[in-house]
Amino acid sequence: MNRLRVLFRTTAVRLSAVYLVLFSICAAFLVFYVTAMSQRLLEQQTREAVSTEVAQIEAIYDRAGINGLLRTLERRARQPGANLYVIAGPTGEILAGNVASLEPGLLDKEGWTGQAFRYQRYTDESRKDSHVALAHVLVLENGLRILVGRDLQEPEKFRVLVRQALMVALGIMGFGALVIWFAIGRNALKRIDRMSDASTRIMAGDLSQRLPMSGSGDEFDRLSESLNAMLERIEKLNEGLRQVSDNIAHDLKTPLTRLRNKAEAALAHKNTSAGYRASLEEIIGESDQLIRTFNALLMISRVEAGGAAAEMSDIDLSTIVADCVELYEPVAEEQALELTADISGPLHINGNRELVGQALGNLIDNAIKYAEGAADPGIRVSLVRRGDAVVIAVADHGPGVPADKRDQVVARFVRLDESRSKPGTGLGLSLVEAVMEMHHGSLELGDTAPGQSSPGLTVTMVFPVPAA
Amino acid sequence: MVTRMKILIIEDDLEAAAYLAKAFREAGIVSDHASDGESGLFMASENSYDVLVIDRMLPRRDGLSVISELRRKGIHTPVLILSALGQVDDRVTGLRAGGDDYLPKPYSFNELLARVEVLGRRKGTPEQDMVYRVGDLELDRLSHTVRRQGKEIVLQPREFRLLEYLMKNSGQVVTRTMLLENVWDYHFDPQTNVIDVHVSRLRSKIEKDFDGPLLRTVRGAGYMIKEEGAH
Repeated sequence: MNRLRVLFRTTAVRLSAVYLVLFSICAAFLVFYVTAMSQRLLEQQTREAVSTEVAQIEAIYDRAGINGLLRTLERRARQPGANLYVIAGPTGEILAGNVASLEPGLLDKEGWTGQAFRYQRYTDESRKDSHVALAHVLVLENGLRILVGRDLQEPEKFRVLVRQALMVALGIMGFGALVIWFAIGRNALKRIDRMSDASTRIMAGDLSQRLPMSGSGDEFDRLSESLNAMLERIEKLNEGLRQVSDNIAHDLKTPLTRLRNKAEAALAHKNTSAGYRASLEEIIGESDQLIRTFNALLMISRVEAGGAAAEMSDIDLSTIVADCVELYEPVAEEQALELTADISGPLHINGNRELVGQALGNLIDNAIKYAEGAADPGIRVSLVRRGDAVVIAVADHGPGVPADKRDQVVARFVRLDESRSKPGTGLGLSLVEAVMEMHHGSLELGDTAPGQSSPGLTVTMVFPVPAA
Repeated sequence: MVTRMKILIIEDDLEAAAYLAKAFREAGIVSDHASDGESGLFMASENSYDVLVIDRMLPRRDGLSVISELRRKGIHTPVLILSALGQVDDRVTGLRAGGDDYLPKPYSFNELLARVEVLGRRKGTPEQDMVYRVGDLELDRLSHTVRRQGKEIVLQPREFRLLEYLMKNSGQVVTRTMLLENVWDYHFDPQTNVIDVHVSRLRSKIEKDFDGPLLRTVRGAGYMIKEEGAH
């Protein structure tokens, strides 16, 4: 019963009810229209037939006189299923014919009897058995009245039959529609139930749940599909958020502890003002590093959440590459490294200049950090068009990253053991990856010189661009 | 310093505001304080300040709206926006609202001071000066030449812009971030001391073969170009 109530609340059933009402009104109108039209048509035919007969009778009277007329009428009246014939005196008393009684006053006026009237036949057993007829009255010169009529019983029966047939047909149609609507409504309801069950589970915290799909590709499937895509994104963001909070807990607490220890140590010892100064400077340096990590983290999550997407514009990658190489070149030189740019020409993409600059800066900074002391001091930054993409590659000849650890280094805060001693937040590549994702591109890590003892690392940023 | 600079700080964090007022006073800058957007707008409209330091998130009227309202009224006092939001696009919206500079929190006071001083001096610095001079160093913006003691010094284009910016703000501290923003036009974190290396290259070019230092490193803050012995 409860299910039924729910069913009646569904849109499908409500709509069906509205349609049913409209349909019924139309159907009723149709029934009345069809029967009324058929009745009019039959009445018209009857009148025509009666008129023809009246004309014949007039002709017979003219030709054969009253006797001939009486004979003809007697003969016609006796035929089975005959029409109505009455011969009456000037005062209206029935003299001959096949009618037992008529409504009074019917014969007073010449011409068509106004409406259908009631009469009785000799064959009728009681007075209740009356018939309906339509007739024409003819008045002769001698005052005799002749009535010629047609029984309307047959047309009336036909009319009733048509109406009944229509009603039954409509009834069947209505019932059929109800059954189909019910089935559809129930089906829709079932699927919506399944969807809301799934969303309840999702709301309960299981973000890995997905809405069911029937595979038919109908509107429910399309809805599920886009909601699932949305869930996918939410899950990813949520995952990112959780990762960030975990990492904040782990990796920000360490420098915070260090910071606190330094402050404590500065207070604990009998200190000179120069000693305090040195401690405070150390503390400021430590907090700057913390702020830097924090900013990088925020930036990554902001970029991943698509927050900076609003500031996309047409940018020329060649100027960014040239700027970055120019910016880092002196630092590289200080480390006895050769940072060079290889730019094939202006290449425009839709992107965020600051973020691409930051990403490339991170890659060059990494290359300088890890290639220090490498046999081959060259760090080459190249910008070329590669098919449907524009790629920026930063290639160094440092120790490289083993193929099985490449996925790892991109993750947040991950620093391979070999690099723990180098300064850095462990967020550089994560930010680059987030920036690439925002630009619908990808990040590739590979060897610069495969097979050599110091294979180096080539990090490639691939920006897809529509083919020119 | 001929006249003391007078600034207005619109900041709802009273502790931060008190700290800033004290620090500015020690640096020789007089400051007023407003703790919400409405009173800040009123004070900035009624009094004359050299620089306004406006927090972005304020009670009663937010910082950006204070700035747009001031600009609408035709008050063009330089504004420095302080904000906990430091992302690229936040900076853009801040500057678009009429701010002149944007500093994300947490900031170092030296950074803030350097920026406020540059903004406050902006009025006095003739942008149209074609030649900048600091001591015996001369930079011609039109012919892109640099001379010291009459001797031409060949600089790379970027080194020229770096020197131009330093000389435009001579006698004032410019921080590394200010240099990155104004000379390279990037606002990102370069991770390493890239700016220091550029500055030291420049320094060796303008000082190596000459007598007397010009370009000094201000500890914990940045750089300053100044005639030797000048105050």
